[in-house]
Amino acid sequence: MIEGILVEGLIYGIMVLGVFISFRILDFPDLTVDGSFPLGAALMVMCLLSGMNGWLALLVAFAGGVLAGSLTALIHNHLRVPNLLAGILTMTMLYSINIRIMGDRANVPILNQETILSKVTETFTGIIPDEYILLVFFTVMALAIKLLIDLFFRTDLGMTLGAMGNNEQMVISQGVNPKTLKTIGVGLSNGLVAVSGAFAAQYLGFADVGLGQGIIVSGLASVMIGEFLVLKSNRIGVLTLCALLGSICFYAVMYLGRYYGYLVHMTPSDLNLIKGVLIIILLVLTQVRKFKKVPFKVSK
Amino acid sequence: MIELKNVSIVFNQGTVNENRALTDINFKVKEGDFITIIGSNGAGKSTLFNTIAGTYLPTEGSILVNGRNVTRDPEYKRAKYIGRIFQNPLLGTAGNMSLEDNMTITHKKGMKWLKRSLTAKTREFFRSELVQLRMGLEHRMKENLVMFSGGQRQALTLLMMVLSKPALILLDEHTAALDPKNAEIVLELTDKFITEYHLTAMMITHNMSHAIQYGNRLLMMDKGEIIFDVEGEEKKALTVEKLIEKFHELRHKSFENDRTLLSED
Repeated sequence: MIEGILVEGLIYGIMVLGVFISFRILDFPDLTVDGSFPLGAALMVMCLLSGMNGWLALLVAFAGGVLAGSLTALIHNHLRVPNLLAGILTMTMLYSINIRIMGDRANVPILNQETILSKVTETFTGIIPDEYILLVFFTVMALAIKLLIDLFFRTDLGMTLGAMGNNEQMVISQGVNPKTLKTIGVGLSNGLVAVSGAFAAQYLGFADVGLGQGIIVSGLASVMIGEFLVLKSNRIGVLTLCALLGSICFYAVMYLGRYYGYLVHMTPSDLNLIKGVLIIILLVLTQVRKFKKVPFKVSK
Repeated sequence: MIELKNVSIVFNQGTVNENRALTDINFKVKEGDFITIIGSNGAGKSTLFNTIAGTYLPTEGSILVNGRNVTRDPEYKRAKYIGRIFQNPLLGTAGNMSLEDNMTITHKKGMKWLKRSLTAKTREFFRSELVQLRMGLEHRMKENLVMFSGGQRQALTLLMMVLSKPALILLDEHTAALDPKNAEIVLELTDKFITEYHLTAMMITHNMSHAIQYGNRLLMMDKGEIIFDVEGEEKKALTVEKLIEKFHELRHKSFENDRTLLSED
C-alpha cells in the first residue's frame, strides 16, 4: 500500500511542479492544466499503440503540453483575454481535441502494450524487489525533473521568469518582452503536466478524456500543503522539493479516502468535496500564519 | 539625441471625458543633458515620460532617437536604451529575490537565455559596485530585497540602471516616496552617477530648489505644454523667486495655488 501511495504522489508530483511554476513563480493562474493532463495521456497512449518508442512518445506528450500552454499564453497576450479565461478556453477546446487524438473515443486502454513502465519492470526484475521497482523509478524520475527545473531557474532566463511573477514592470524595464516570457513559462508548465499525464496513463493502463477533471485543484492543494510543510524559503531547490512532498501528502490523503473512506460512509464521489474543503482550510490557516499572500490571485 | 516632434496625447478622444494631457510638444534632448522638470500636478510631466518610454503611444506627432523614428516601438524595446526609475521604490526590483539575483537580471539589458551569468567573477563585480552606495549592501548579497528599506531599494535600482548603460535615463520623482534623509542620499548618488558616467538624464521633481541646484537645463510644464525651457548660464542664475515670477509672467496667474505642491526647500 505505502508504495502505491508514494508512486501516485510522485507521478502527480510532476504535474504539481508544473502548477507550482505557473501559479507561484509566474503568478499566472493557469487552468489549461485540466486539459493538458489528459492531452499528455492521450498522446502517450496513441503513440505507444502506433508502435513508437516509449521515451519518444513521452517527448511527444511533453511537446503537446508545451503547445497547449503556449496557446493559452497567446490567447492571453495577443487577444488581451484575462489569464484565467484564456486557460479555461484552451482547456475546453482540448476536451474535443483529446477525443479526436484518441480516435473519437473517450477512453483508450493500453493492455498488453509495451510501455516505459513495462520495460523498466522487465529490466529490473530480480535486481530490486518487484513491488519497489516502480517506486524507485518514479523517485528517480521526479527528482531528475525537479533538479532540471532547479537548474533552469538558476539561469538568466529562469531568474527573469521569477522576476516577472514578482514585478512585471521590472522585466519590461530590462528590455525583455513579458509576452515571450509568459509563453515560455506557461508552455513549460503545461509540458510538465502533460508528462505527468503520460506517466499516469501508463500506470493506470488507459487514457481517458476525464482524467484531468479537477487536476488543477489537486495541484493547487498539493502546492499549498507543500508550502505549509516548510517555513518560507526563496531557494528554488527547497520550493520544488516542497511541491513534491506536498503532492505525496495530498495523494496519500486521497488514497486513504478512496480505500478506507467507506469506514466513515464516504464514497469516492465525496473526494471532490474533501479537496475543496481541504483547500479552504489551508487558505485560512495560511492567512492565519501570514507567511504568504492569498494564492488564488486573479489577473491584473 | 531624442527628439519629440509635435507630440500630443489625448486620452478618451471623442468622449465626454476627453483629456488633453500633452499639447504639441516639441523639444530635443542633447547628449549629456541633465534636465530637471517642474510643474504642478496634472501638468503632464509623467505623461511626457510615459510617452518617451513608450507606455503611451502619442495621439499625434513622432519621437526620434538619433534620427530613427521609434514612435510605434513598444515599451520593452525602448527600454533597451532608456533607463527609468519610478516614484515607487518597489517597482525597480523583485522583492522576493535575492540582491545578487536582482543584479544578475538587471545589470545588462535585453532578453535572457539559458546562460548562467551569476558566477564568482560577476559576484565580485557586483560587490565592488555596491560599495559605491556606501550602505553596506555588499555584505547582504544573498538577502531578499523585501528585507531592504525603500531608500536602499531605490539606490540599488539606480545603481543597476547605471550599470546597464542606458542612453537616456528618466527619473520620475524617484526620491518623493523616501524619507528626507534617504531622499538626500539617493539624490546625491543620482547626481554623482550622472556626472561620473556622463549620462543623459531627465528628472521630474516637485522641489524647485532641487530643480535649480541640479542639472544644466530646466523645463517648466503647465497644462500639457512646456512653457519655459532654460539652460546654461541663464539656468544657473535662477532662484526660486525668479521661477515663481517667471511662471506668473508666462501664465498671467498666481502660483499661490501651486505653492503647496511645489515645496521651496
